[in-house]
Amino acid sequence: MTTAHMPLRLTTGSGRRRARFSRFMTGVMAVAVLLALIPLLLIIGVTVAKGLPALNWEFLTSTFNHSRREAGGGYLHGLVGTLYMGGLAALMSIPMGIGAAIFLTEFPRHRLSGPVRFFSDVMTGVPSVFVGLFVYTILVRQIGFGTFVGALSLAIIMLPIVVRSSEEVLRLVPGELKRASYALGATQWQTVFGVALPTAAPGLITGSMLAVARALGETAPLVLTALAAQSVVIDFQGGGQTALPLLIFREARGAFEAGQQRAWAGALELMMLVLLLTVLARLVGRQSRYRG
Amino acid sequence: MLSGAAVLVVLGLMIGSTTLDSLPVFFSQGISFLTGTNWDPGASRTEITGTYQAWVFIYGTLVTSLIAIVIALPVAVGIALFLTEVAGHRLARPLIYMVELLAAVPSVIYGLWGLHFFAPVILKPPANAVSDALGFIPIFAGPVISFNFFFAGVVLAIMIIPIITALVREVFTAVPDTDRQAGFALGATRWEVMRSIVVPRSRPGIIGATMLGLGRALGETIAVALLIGGGTAINFSIFQQGETIAAKIVNTFQESTPEGIDALIALGVTLFAMTIVINVAARLIVRRLGDVSGEAVA
Repeated sequence: MTTAHMPLRLTTGSGRRRARFSRFMTGVMAVAVLLALIPLLLIIGVTVAKGLPALNWEFLTSTFNHSRREAGGGYLHGLVGTLYMGGLAALMSIPMGIGAAIFLTEFPRHRLSGPVRFFSDVMTGVPSVFVGLFVYTILVRQIGFGTFVGALSLAIIMLPIVVRSSEEVLRLVPGELKRASYALGATQWQTVFGVALPTAAPGLITGSMLAVARALGETAPLVLTALAAQSVVIDFQGGGQTALPLLIFREARGAFEAGQQRAWAGALELMMLVLLLTVLARLVGRQSRYRG
Repeated sequence: MLSGAAVLVVLGLMIGSTTLDSLPVFFSQGISFLTGTNWDPGASRTEITGTYQAWVFIYGTLVTSLIAIVIALPVAVGIALFLTEVAGHRLARPLIYMVELLAAVPSVIYGLWGLHFFAPVILKPPANAVSDALGFIPIFAGPVISFNFFFAGVVLAIMIIPIITALVREVFTAVPDTDRQAGFALGATRWEVMRSIVVPRSRPGIIGATMLGLGRALGETIAVALLIGGGTAINFSIFQQGETIAAKIVNTFQESTPEGIDALIALGVTLFAMTIVINVAARLIVRRLGDVSGEAVA
């Protein structure tokens, strides 16, 4: 339709020269692809190469509460904190996010659904450090640093991701299935919980796992909410908590060889955790019969 | 439905509580908060006694993001063109997957890798060469120090390439095949079809994607905090150190006084205002495209 108004600017010159130029530009694009793939390979390669020698049993199962310049010890407290806060954040954000997505698909004409959808999109663009500041102002000032406030900041980062991905898959549930359910006399809630959610389950799980993966790698909000901890913390709130990204961040800039060694090992541990979740999420998603 | 409203409530609270806490800082500094270059925190618990002028950090944020966009945009458009117009399904699928993996790598790992490998080993030699050859231009003036705008910008570029690529690719896919065939029927080469049909039709989408990428670059914290070096002076050379808003917040939060923290919150509000304007504009543009979900951008 709009193409009628668009002049087709053909390069003047011989056909052979134009064909050669076209091939040349295709080559330029292939180079662009390489420019993205080389960093990917380098980042995975270097992290494995530098992290693997230090990623041993001691690293996985102990903490270091001695000096930062000494070798040895590990990030067990970081792993525990990451999983603890990640799990709590998932518990908070996934039900809420899927709930909001149900609202968006079941009441598309509701007064609030336009704004909710739009602002979920906008929320995905809110800098994560700002989310940290926000939780700091409303909670940390009152109840202190700790696991719960850290988890809350991660949950806020996950929420819009869960909402948007869940809405996407819920909308793909075929209308015939839902109408068949209504025809059998099911109520709207029976249809949502008995038909729509089970049908969309693989997609919902994929979206939620990707959101968790994203949250586990977050550092900036935790600097402002979880703060730090020297040993394994199981307290729900108060006294600070740590996480793999926090420990990596602190030791990455340190001047000590031993600390940097631990940072690389921690980076490998975190990367395996995040990439594993990402790949698993895709595999689950592939099970779904109804996907985009 | 409560959950739906929760999204709105959280966003509203976010703006309200942070703005409220930072109001004293804004009031005490006035317009010089944005334009001045002197950041000198006081030690008071109850009132604002220091000087807080954020232009150094705003400048650093803009410079690093600009470098990132200048690098990432052409690369991302090139990748998207290659994936939609050149590569067949067999080749495109694993490539798409790999570019998406780039987005899954946590930012702290980008920082660690950039600080201890990418910047010193890969970026430093070409940066030295450019600075030696073009050093008479102020923005390329040497010497190249180990923490600088350029290193932070390049790593940022790598981080936002997958975001821009995903959206631009979606827009390119939405161009009807009949348009392409019309071009080919007129004797256009593959490149001419891309240049005169695919790209012009997708211009709003490319602009929207660029702005989303820019929004992400402005707010990116940890990788930049590790690479930019800090400092309180404005350096015009991209090979000198600087500081961004986000990096300033995480770098100084722990040793800040109560009023210093309020000032950091004011910085955060400034950053938030910058990103929200860009994001809302980008979303409005993308929204207008209709079919494009932008799901990959989450």
